[in-house]
Amino acid sequence: MFLGLRELRFARGRFTLMGVVIALVAVLVVLLSGLSAGLVNDGVSGLKAMRVMSFAFDKGTITDNAFTRSVVDDEQLATWSAAPGVRAAEPLGVSIVNGTTDAGRQVDLTLFGVEPDGFLSPAVSSGARSAGPGEIVVSQTAASAGLALGTKVTLDRSGVELTVVGFTAAQATFGHVDVAYLPIDTWRLIASGSAQAGAPTPQQIGALHYPYSSVIAVQAGDDATLDTARTDTAAGTMSMTRTEAFNASPGYQAETMTLTMIRAFLYAICALVVGAFFTVWTIQRTHEIAVLRAVGASTSYLLRDGLAQSLVLLLGFTVLGVAAGVGMGALMPDGMPFSLEPVPVALASIVTVVLGLGGAGVAILRVTRVEPVTALGGHR
Amino acid sequence: MSTPSTTPALEIVGARLELGDGDARVHALDDVSLRVDPGEIVAVVGPSGSGKSSLLAVAGALAKPDSGIVRVHGTDVTALAKSAATRFRLTTIGFVFQSGNLIAALTATDQLRLAARLAGNRTADPAALLGSVGMAHRADHRPDQLSGGERQRVGIARALVNDPSLLLVDEPTAALDRASSHDVVRLLAARAHEAGVAVVMVTHDHDVLEHCDRVLEMTDGRLGERVLAA
Repeated sequence: MFLGLRELRFARGRFTLMGVVIALVAVLVVLLSGLSAGLVNDGVSGLKAMRVMSFAFDKGTITDNAFTRSVVDDEQLATWSAAPGVRAAEPLGVSIVNGTTDAGRQVDLTLFGVEPDGFLSPAVSSGARSAGPGEIVVSQTAASAGLALGTKVTLDRSGVELTVVGFTAAQATFGHVDVAYLPIDTWRLIASGSAQAGAPTPQQIGALHYPYSSVIAVQAGDDATLDTARTDTAAGTMSMTRTEAFNASPGYQAETMTLTMIRAFLYAICALVVGAFFTVWTIQRTHEIAVLRAVGASTSYLLRDGLAQSLVLLLGFTVLGVAAGVGMGALMPDGMPFSLEPVPVALASIVTVVLGLGGAGVAILRVTRVEPVTALGGHR
Repeated sequence: MSTPSTTPALEIVGARLELGDGDARVHALDDVSLRVDPGEIVAVVGPSGSGKSSLLAVAGALAKPDSGIVRVHGTDVTALAKSAATRFRLTTIGFVFQSGNLIAALTATDQLRLAARLAGNRTADPAALLGSVGMAHRADHRPDQLSGGERQRVGIARALVNDPSLLLVDEPTAALDRASSHDVVRLLAARAHEAGVAVVMVTHDHDVLEHCDRVLEMTDGRLGERVLAA
């Protein structure tokens, strides 16, 4: 890269301008990456935390917002529990509710009704796991919404009173709303509409006949003999893997698609801008390239030198841009769902460099079309 | 440089080259034959479009004649594939272009170092070579900091860095004043005589012909010997 490096130094003004554009693209890519990860966490961290293979929805449920639309009964649950290859199947009740704390603050909560001792029941970082009627364990992020251990939340309309007894160890949100885990029996009491105002009592729960939940969470056995399609037919359900089920969460697909599209555009812009720059740069040097080729520089030498030069430019300024992006990410306000994870950031940086290199490569290929004989006869 | 006098540095026999299409078709080279021995400096004069550049292109393995033979230091360059011709130019032929045609980003020393690196030549001594063309004091200057004559001197040094047998020089004095023109051509002649390099120089500048061993005139693609008006 004898020539390439000296050109970078010689035309540093032009190269710096180009580099700043690359760095700005890298900043945006990093910020978008953080925003995507943040939104995804905000949307489905409640599901991500679950150790399940798949969810079975009632057959025919519309995929969009399927968690709150689907209703399955205990017979379907029993079919799943008994299916070969299933280690465990548990009911999950999902509903989104509004409530008021005893301090008078409005809160939105996603109620996850789970078996108190089942595999869906979350690990708690403080307090206890919810076991009794009316006890909830809320996402650690709910603390900023004014919830604390012992806080009582009164649900709108029904007047049912729930008490915070614990916080989860990790963020648990669903559809951008904090999750509150409660025993499936309590969830059924609320979902049935027969709950009376005040704290739910064992008597109310004992008298309830409501054998429904939203979906069935399935853990597969180790031998993996599970025939999902056949069990779906037998139970009248349709299954989605845990990852597929993210799409069934409110807004998830729309958000990720929008951000993915913006990122794709940024990559394309980076490749095109770098390509345009190196096209102009190569055309500016057409006569020099002709002289070099006449003197005896091989095509591969000129290509290698040009590509190495663009790689140095792209790497240098992408690193600068990523560093700036990470720094800006640290300053993001709390209300913004932003989460920088090393792997997506690294991937995004690599894609920026690789696509930029692609754009530069197409432009630099132009040197193969410069005829050395044009070096003769001076500037005409 | 002790090339046996039996091997000419450049030997062209019956070269023909047509350029252009249809009505615009011209005989750039029309049965051109030429022999230049090591240590000899030959000037080629003639009006624009008479085929002087084509002669350099063919002699420098940048273009192949339609027919005829071109041997450089005994090698038939018309038989070389493109990449082999590139390699051959690098090691055996030196080019000096109009107004030097140096690389804008490189200092004088780096111009020479790049040419040496391209040829994989580790024994080149750019500093000594720049000294020999009187440019030691400008070694760290880039082309935009050099005068026209200085650029041409660096161009000559670059052409010589890989010890070529043949130096092809294209209008070296086109952008120079009279004094610099004489300096540059005198330098070329001196290098030819001292190092035994054959020099073919295309020029419009009749002033500088006195430094050359032979002067040839090109008209409509034909090459003829011309007597030096002493």
